[in-house]
Amino acid sequence: MSETAELAPGGARHKPEAGVRPARVALVGNPNTGKTALFNALTGSRQKVANYAGVTVERKEGFVATPAGRTLSVLDLPGTYSLRARSPDEAVTRDAVLGRLAGEAEPDVVVAVADATNLRLVLRLILELKAVGRPMVLALNMYDIAQRQGLRIDLDGLSRELGCPIVTTVATRKRGIADLVAKVDEVIASGAHSGENVWREPSAAEIRGAHREAQRILKAHVRPPEHPDTLTGKIDAVLLHPVAGLVILLGLLFLMFQAVFTWAGPPADAIEAGVAWLGAQVGAGLPDGFLKSLIVDGLFAGVGSVLVFLPQILVLFLFIILLEDFGYMARAAFLMDKIMGGAGLHGRAFIPLLSSFACAIPGIMSARVIDQKRDRMTTILVAPLMTCSARIPVYTLIIGAFIPDRSVGPGLNLQGLVMFGLYASGILSALAVSFVIRKIFWRGAVEPFLMELPTYKIPSFESVLRNLLLRAQIFLSRAGRIILPLMVVVWVLSTFPTPPAGATGPAIDYSFAGIIGHAIQPLFAPIGFNWQMVVALIPGFAAREVAVAALGTVYAVGDAENNVGALGARLADAWSLATGLSFLAWYIFAPQCAATLGVVRRETNSWMWTGVMFAYMVTLAYLASFTVYHVAVALGAG
Amino acid sequence: MLADQAVAIEAGATPLSRARPGDRGVIIDVRADHANGHGIDVHELERRLLESGFVEGAAFEVLHQGLFGGDPIAVRVDDMRVALRRRDAEDVWVRLESK
Repeated sequence: MSETAELAPGGARHKPEAGVRPARVALVGNPNTGKTALFNALTGSRQKVANYAGVTVERKEGFVATPAGRTLSVLDLPGTYSLRARSPDEAVTRDAVLGRLAGEAEPDVVVAVADATNLRLVLRLILELKAVGRPMVLALNMYDIAQRQGLRIDLDGLSRELGCPIVTTVATRKRGIADLVAKVDEVIASGAHSGENVWREPSAAEIRGAHREAQRILKAHVRPPEHPDTLTGKIDAVLLHPVAGLVILLGLLFLMFQAVFTWAGPPADAIEAGVAWLGAQVGAGLPDGFLKSLIVDGLFAGVGSVLVFLPQILVLFLFIILLEDFGYMARAAFLMDKIMGGAGLHGRAFIPLLSSFACAIPGIMSARVIDQKRDRMTTILVAPLMTCSARIPVYTLIIGAFIPDRSVGPGLNLQGLVMFGLYASGILSALAVSFVIRKIFWRGAVEPFLMELPTYKIPSFESVLRNLLLRAQIFLSRAGRIILPLMVVVWVLSTFPTPPAGATGPAIDYSFAGIIGHAIQPLFAPIGFNWQMVVALIPGFAAREVAVAALGTVYAVGDAENNVGALGARLADAWSLATGLSFLAWYIFAPQCAATLGVVRRETNSWMWTGVMFAYMVTLAYLASFTVYHVAVALGAG
Repeated sequence: MLADQAVAIEAGATPLSRARPGDRGVIIDVRADHANGHGIDVHELERRLLESGFVEGAAFEVLHQGLFGGDPIAVRVDDMRVALRRRDAEDVWVRLESK
């Protein structure tokens, strides 16, 4: 709970006064039951999001004031089918319910959230929750859909059978929310005491027993729907069609990819320009010197480099959230599972890897949709191999400088072909690396792929918007905390010490970056890099495209980013073809992005995995550059 | 397949992994008793199958299959839909309804 992000400035008002402990309510239910919609309907904007101590699972807490004057602290726990936890998220749910979570007290009331149209599996979960012995209220959500289907539920009988009050709700329309709050209030006021906790991990035989019990309860109290949902089946006939389904998926992905580039481009440019303008305004008021340089080139450039990712992340997550809420994400995973599975990846790894073509940061963040830890780690580790948009300026510069612009066949241009080859190398190496990771780290083990295909639902505007804001906030507060300091470090390295009086070379040549560049250049000599390149790689570590500006600095080409032609000509002059190709090969693999490493550290909560990623990427980059350089030299391009 | 397993499963049973889209019937046995390179032990697979609704007596229908090798499959189990790979479906024994 070290990090908190207030969703609303008013959040603090609703916090309990000192000394009065709010009653703790935990929302527990299967995935896709509208639990989060219920949480939002209950708590509105009085929410805060943090992390559970020691794990990367999000802790969502909100506050409700009851008519009786009580304050409820509501915890939205990750969805699960069983208290027998399989993923880190599910373990949090189990531990929170059992009161085992470090720094968390056990809940006073458990609110079991059920999709009224799909009671079978949740009844088994409720039987498990009963064994825990906490006072419970059952919220039958999506009750309007159940009624429309003509599903008859004997609420009184079911309530007697389960030994807990039942409230019907329609969270997306905020119906039944007051009843639910009143019922929770009542349960607390009645001083209902917890029974003895007799829960333990059920054996296969006990799960079967619970199934039979759930089946009996269903038969006794629920009459099957008169008009069962046929829409989902009809939509699936198209979306899961072996051929049409894949075509539609590819179309959707194309649209998403386009949107990330086209929609996010202008706001990203505007943010970049805005921050630069603001930096210049602030800088104008300061005397020339280190303070000005720190603020303008360090802090403002750092803030800009974090904010510039925000539009891409918002567009990407807009698509992901819409598809997830609609119920399509599970279908996409179904369609892609066989293709991804060949390389040892989970079907759900598809979206994160695709996102990484825009930028590895949202890609790595969206790997959260993968519930198996091993599959998620593999996905995170290979995501940066996808050709992100920040590599494009570097590729464009080097290709423009070294690859002749000529046709090599009908409609085939040599430069375009090389660009395509660079993208293809990224994809193929990602598949190969994930295959190797599975062999080395997971000893070839394959996790089972069992996934509910939820009923299709129209996403609610409010919940999409809320979720989107939450993603933005999490990115800014977490990534920013790591990226910003790294930017300042890079600034210090490229600024100090300052050039001596009467120096003729570029300032960076005299800085730590220059000193380091010269010192480690012998390491890079075997792959054909000269010291100017090595020096440019150091600020290029802040973000890949910064390398273009840095090369401009060391080769004293002013405003290199807008003057790629001049810089290219200068490079073509200074480097051999072998060196240019070697530099391209380096950029396919090298972890030249501090922000990505920062996000990997956040998402995996482990320096070890961050280190593994850094090490394997540097190794691959070096080997690839070495091979490319020496083959090119042998062919006479040295 | 192990000899004793073949004996223990009633005649007419077939693993769900061999079912085609359109096949429907009843699940008669869920038993993960052969190691097949899963990242989890066989009893854990059995419990996960059970928790996903694959339990003896449940009605099922294979709805869809993937393009490549007919894998994975989407199955309606009682009133919900579940996707799984054929290798995970090997442990679910079913009796097919004659069409």
